[in-house]
Amino acid sequence: MTSEVLHAKERDIVVPGEIIAEGMGFLPSKGLYREGAKIHAGRLGMIAIEGKVIKLIPLTGAYVPKLNDKIIGKIIDVLMTGWRIETRSPYSAVLGLKDATTEFIPRSADLTQYYALGEYVLCKVITVTSQKLIDVTMKSPGARKLKDGRLVEVNPHKVPRIIGKEGSMVLMIKNATGCDISVGQNGWIWVQGQTPENEMQAVQAIKRVEDEAHLPGLTERMKAYLKQLTGKTVEIPAVTAGAVEHEEAPAEPQEERREYRERRPHARHGGGRFPPRNPGD
Amino acid sequence: MAAKAVKQEYPKRHDGRGWEELREIEAKVGIIPRADGSAMFRIGHTVAYAAVYGPRDLHPKFMQNPETGILRCRYNMMPFSGHGERVRPGTSRRSQEISMLMSKALLPVLDLKDYPKSVVDVFVELPETDAGTRCAGITAAAMALADAGLVMKDLVVSLSMGHYNGKIMADIDGYEDCDVGISDIPIAYIPTLDKFSLLQLDGEVPKEDLVKLLTLAKKKAMDIYKVQQQALKARFTESHAPKKVK
Repeated sequence: MTSEVLHAKERDIVVPGEIIAEGMGFLPSKGLYREGAKIHAGRLGMIAIEGKVIKLIPLTGAYVPKLNDKIIGKIIDVLMTGWRIETRSPYSAVLGLKDATTEFIPRSADLTQYYALGEYVLCKVITVTSQKLIDVTMKSPGARKLKDGRLVEVNPHKVPRIIGKEGSMVLMIKNATGCDISVGQNGWIWVQGQTPENEMQAVQAIKRVEDEAHLPGLTERMKAYLKQLTGKTVEIPAVTAGAVEHEEAPAEPQEERREYRERRPHARHGGGRFPPRNPGD
Repeated sequence: MAAKAVKQEYPKRHDGRGWEELREIEAKVGIIPRADGSAMFRIGHTVAYAAVYGPRDLHPKFMQNPETGILRCRYNMMPFSGHGERVRPGTSRRSQEISMLMSKALLPVLDLKDYPKSVVDVFVELPETDAGTRCAGITAAAMALADAGLVMKDLVVSLSMGHYNGKIMADIDGYEDCDVGISDIPIAYIPTLDKFSLLQLDGEVPKEDLVKLLTLAKKKAMDIYKVQQQALKARFTESHAPKKVK
């Protein structure tokens, strides 16, 4: 039995190749690799030790779509049977007609009437293949077209801290600034407020969380910062005992809100843009 | 690299360094806010800036590899960076070759299997040069790749070694390379794997001396390796960590 030595502490920043531990008693998880008896870091990140399991929390890097992620995407192209969506990753996604709406879309319809080029949507990833072909859907609670707001870009690895435990951080920013905030796992965040000033305050707060995400005591500091920014004192939302910070997609970061499409109403309801259906339909 | 002159006496190094001494080293990470990863590496009067973009969508499509992502390097010496004539802007035969060997030196530590059909672009710019540019470029690029959050087995360290009249020396500069005519031996070393990913020779060196030289190169590479590691960690620990601006 080899001796077991741990070379890194909890919350240490490690660089690729660095020896984290020696001995077969430790288990490397994703982002770490074993070479002989030694465990090395496989990328730049922060160490988290849970008993014998050593974890590495990445601090930088591109977003890669994961199943069931809620992401914010941008419509970049209209296809024969759907829309192509920019996901802020190396791969674009497809929003198929079936997943776009529950409504009937006639064969001859101009699809830009539903989602136009350049529009942003909050959607959910439903397929990721080995070759990174990605499908998204709008048939998910909270999924909607985004309008009247502004987009904030953050490092996708900081998203769990921006959301906070059970959404506490984003809730705090929402309460302080009065803005509606939708966080996508790909690091795009939609901020919509009553006034541009409110929105800017929320943007500043989000940027602050991003900058200080890897430092301890963030919630308390953010509470003070929000007070200074908005003049409002916000309560730190109560977190259920034992709650862990969101590593996976958040359960539901924003309140459910039904969004209606911004297009002319259907022919039968006085629109008349699309060819009318059969009267008996 | 100019033609080697007739061998003359070179009893001590012109800048007063010891035979095994490196020039002054400086490294910074995260200096280019719009890049996904970036780094600067300076050794003496050789300065290299590396910017990494990606993994990102790769076009033209025929270059896409469905099995893995690819690495694309670009080495560029700026027009008034050297001692000699102005370098003509744009790619040259020399810069294309160095770009290729840079990507070959970096690829053994990278794992781009998780990013099929995509590309990682590495741009290396050299605003000031005094020999050892490819080595400074590789060293900076390794830090920039780590900063970009890519999965890597290790960092790559690179430096140029020299050999002259039976003497082994580390990190030769422009004067020693061009005017004295010291054999220039650029190497790239991967410490964890204990392997070389670049070994070139301009000049001549006896076999026994080459083995000694590589042993010294490993030792000297570890000094640079420590500077690389510190620079990467400083990005997150120092209060003046660069901010990403959008």
